Amino acid sequence: MAMVNTLVYLIIYPGLLFLFVYSTFCEWFDRKLYARLQNRMGPTHTGKWGILQPIADFFKLMSKEDIVPDRADKGMFSALPAFGLAIVSTAMLLLPIWNYKVAKPSVTSFNGDLIVLLYLLTLPTFIFFLAGWSSTNLFSTVGAMRVLTMLFGYEVPLFLAVLSPAILANSWRLAEIAAFYRHHPLLILVNLLGFVIALICVQAKLERTPFDIPHAETEIVGGTFTEYSGKKLALFRLMMDIELVVASGLLATVFLGGFPGGPFLGLLNFVIKTLIVIFFLSLIRAATSRIRVDQVVSLSWRYLAPLAVVQLLIVILVKGLLS
Amino acid sequence: MNFQIPIGPQHPALKEPIGLRIVVDGEIIRDADIRLGYNHRGIEKLAESKTWIQNIYLMERICGICSHSHTTCYVQGVEKLMEIQPPKRGLYIRTLVAELERIHSHLLWLGVAGHEAGFDSFFMYVWRDREIVMDILETISGNRVHYAINTIGGVRRDLDELQVKHILDSLEILRKRSEYYKNLGTTEPSFVARLAGVGYLSQEDAIALCAVGPTLRASGVPSDVRKDDPYAVYDEVPFEVCTADTCDVLGRTVVRIKEVLQSYNIIEFLLKNLPAGPIAVRAPRRAKPNEVVSRYEAPRGENIHYIKSNGTEKPERVKVRAPTLGNYAATIKMLKNGFIADVPLIFAAIDPCICCAERAVAIVDSRSGEEKIVPQSSLKKITRNTTANQERKREVEWPW
Repeated sequence: MAMVNTLVYLIIYPGLLFLFVYSTFCEWFDRKLYARLQNRMGPTHTGKWGILQPIADFFKLMSKEDIVPDRADKGMFSALPAFGLAIVSTAMLLLPIWNYKVAKPSVTSFNGDLIVLLYLLTLPTFIFFLAGWSSTNLFSTVGAMRVLTMLFGYEVPLFLAVLSPAILANSWRLAEIAAFYRHHPLLILVNLLGFVIALICVQAKLERTPFDIPHAETEIVGGTFTEYSGKKLALFRLMMDIELVVASGLLATVFLGGFPGGPFLGLLNFVIKTLIVIFFLSLIRAATSRIRVDQVVSLSWRYLAPLAVVQLLIVILVKGLLS
Repeated sequence: MNFQIPIGPQHPALKEPIGLRIVVDGEIIRDADIRLGYNHRGIEKLAESKTWIQNIYLMERICGICSHSHTTCYVQGVEKLMEIQPPKRGLYIRTLVAELERIHSHLLWLGVAGHEAGFDSFFMYVWRDREIVMDILETISGNRVHYAINTIGGVRRDLDELQVKHILDSLEILRKRSEYYKNLGTTEPSFVARLAGVGYLSQEDAIALCAVGPTLRASGVPSDVRKDDPYAVYDEVPFEVCTADTCDVLGRTVVRIKEVLQSYNIIEFLLKNLPAGPIAVRAPRRAKPNEVVSRYEAPRGENIHYIKSNGTEKPERVKVRAPTLGNYAATIKMLKNGFIADVPLIFAAIDPCICCAERAVAIVDSRSGEEKIVPQSSLKKITRNTTANQERKREVEWPW
């Protein structure tokens, strides 16, 4: 039974199949919401309300001509999309959706999985950097430099913001953190500041407006992805969709009390809570203009990092009061 | 480490082909250079083979946004050559369309500025409301882009009561929306952070480099042909010259929004004081040998047409100086020491209309610096000769 469970876990739910379907749905949700906020229609043609549009886009890109630049590092250039996809899919397995017991740690839910998940979410940034760098295109190189510069900005505030609920819950394990906040729902309010900081940092990590600097089309064409086309670009886009799902899943676990209720009710919880997070992310995307890369760094270190420390202090004080 | 980034001739930030060669050190621009000549259409030469009337429609096609500016500039010059005076009502309608065009051009620019700064929501909203002014233009002339309203000696279409009412009603909506954009464009933190202090052009530099239009006015120089050298009925219409003193892209945005609000007042005045009478006078077929320089304040700045007649029914020479050409020198100054991220904004802030400004191709030898003007036929020959013996080179590798 355990074997079957694991296989289902890896391949169907919440493994590859579910991830593909759900991440494309999230992309559709994001696109449609963004379009409606801008007074546009968004996707309408493929499927009901254009719901299949991202899948259609994916398969269309898969069938397009795939070009590798002559001067690019060919091995790295071709391998990176697959690596990136593998990394974010692995990260998804660590989210406590199903097939875990709070009392009994397992391979996918262990003490310290929060840190591993954060690490796995940092790796895609390096994948983007390497992708831009190995393309040897001028625009890609500039994009790659911007990816790294931004990383120095948002990473520390994100870690601080995500770790403070963990400190209050007294655990480094996602399942336990979520369970703690389910038992003490009022304590969720303590982390409100951290949630806002984490939302902004996740927006930066996902490179969406106002942080879409590494692939700002009016400045550096496609940025890191300028040379990518066809299958490789399709995989990269899928990777970014999955990253969106995983990152919003992480925020939902840590700040919104996780996904209780076993395979079915848990799925419902997962969908609703991640869509809430994605709603906020789309709102930020529609309401802001792209800022400059130096402004990202100063925003992070002047406002986000100090506020994250304040959040940490609040958590420590509350913890002292409770005990 | 310095390296050169090519912005254009094909680049998402540019809607028309132009080459910007930018030397950057990291993210900072050390040097910039503009290369022209990708969009030369030979309009001036063509104008010499067409009659005075035919040329109106040719001039209209110089630009797809300020089409009325070029025809008015041309028609005013020709009217001077032919020594005729259009009737008042004709001039009022001509000015009305000119101001509507200014609104549509500035709203278009505002949306583009939003897009260049990555603020797509702003872009979508502004362009939706721009449709209102496009509809007004369509009710007046039947066309959205090339209104074809001018003719030598007046205008071609009259206004009736219903149209006047429709325009006044639509203006109310536009005015409300523009106030909202004024508020949004100057207070939204991430948008202002991108515009403020970007593309600095001091007042002295703006004058020395012959900047024109909103670019000049945003540097605190109250220069406007409508005020300085009134044409049509601008000497009767009350309006202010809008300026800003921040000398940056934010200032250029503010100047344009203020001008849009001024245009609403002008249009209201024109419609309420529309005189009765004919809209055009009959123009002669020929003009006496003479020459004339006609000035016009296009949405982008001062537009100049030089027209020379030789007594026949065709002009001997028509020379067009579009406002964009006047702003190129200032753009290079603005780009230096900025960030790569600011290139599209700074360049868009002059509201470039490249096909307006392209006039002739000069071939410059990059080694000797020698310049020569060549006809298209020999240009073709040069390219064929240089590529004839080359092997076909592919930069791509097929994956299977």
